[in-house]
Amino acid sequence: MNFAVLQFPASNCDQDALHVLKDVLGHSAWYAWHKDTSLGNADAVVVPGGFSYGDYLRTGAIARFSPIMQAVQNFAVQGGPVLGICNGFQILTEAGMLPGALVRNRSLQFRCEHVFLKTENNDTPFTQTIPADKLLRVPIAHGEGCYFADPGTLAKLNANGQVLWRYVDAQGNQTEISNPNGSLENIAGICNEQRNVAGLMPHPERASESLLGSADGRLIFESLVKWLEAKHAKKAA
Amino acid sequence: MKAKIIITPKKAVVDPQGKTVQGALEHMGYKGVGAVHVGKYLEIELNGSDKETARRQIDDACHKILSNPVIEDYRFEIE
Repeated sequence: MNFAVLQFPASNCDQDALHVLKDVLGHSAWYAWHKDTSLGNADAVVVPGGFSYGDYLRTGAIARFSPIMQAVQNFAVQGGPVLGICNGFQILTEAGMLPGALVRNRSLQFRCEHVFLKTENNDTPFTQTIPADKLLRVPIAHGEGCYFADPGTLAKLNANGQVLWRYVDAQGNQTEISNPNGSLENIAGICNEQRNVAGLMPHPERASESLLGSADGRLIFESLVKWLEAKHAKKAA
Repeated sequence: MKAKIIITPKKAVVDPQGKTVQGALEHMGYKGVGAVHVGKYLEIELNGSDKETARRQIDDACHKILSNPVIEDYRFEIE
């Protein structure tokens, strides 16, 4: 499969994402520069973490107006899968491609630690092969990851199964202590109504090899690959 | 002309910064301090003299990029 990994000034997880897609999973992956206007023949797009444009104004606020983002919006409208990680999630909410917003952690602390995620919906390109009872142990590293949405939006997210991951403890319980940033209802990641655009604050690309302490994040990328392969097989048939 | 823009967090959004500043003020002994809201102030210098056009442009910019309507309110004046 072909993956485009976006690069903005001050992206800093772009290389990790590319490494996982290319070296760990063995797919074709390249960087799409923020000034580019085309994604080439990408099958999927990863919007990586970092501090695009120095987080000036608001996280993701300026990156969202980069030329490449117009191409990403068009790609998503046509059903192409887009995964935003950390700052990538913030950019996708700023762009209106995902509902809600990410605000300052309730503790005001930058949190850098491993968390447990419970997958809430296994019927999306990003989660379909994650075993139902599997908790994902992946790291977070952010100061502005507190998910906020107005009550109407939140109700809609829940009703539509758009909440993909919640922060839980090691036993899978959704508690206040397991919520590292004060996100509403422990929300760690969501998708759009069409299920092809997803974002999460934790970093699956930093937990895709057992050498790094956990390979659970790999399940998200593998899920996406399986989904793309099925899509291609269907097209070819 | 100059646009003076004030952006504040919406009431429904938890503002930990404001709460922390409130706590500090109380700790320092300031009496009668209520809720604190920490926002942003922007000044934009504008060429031209048509206030109405400037107002329309600044309103558009506030809505599109300078603020995030999901979490923030804005107000501005042109002088």
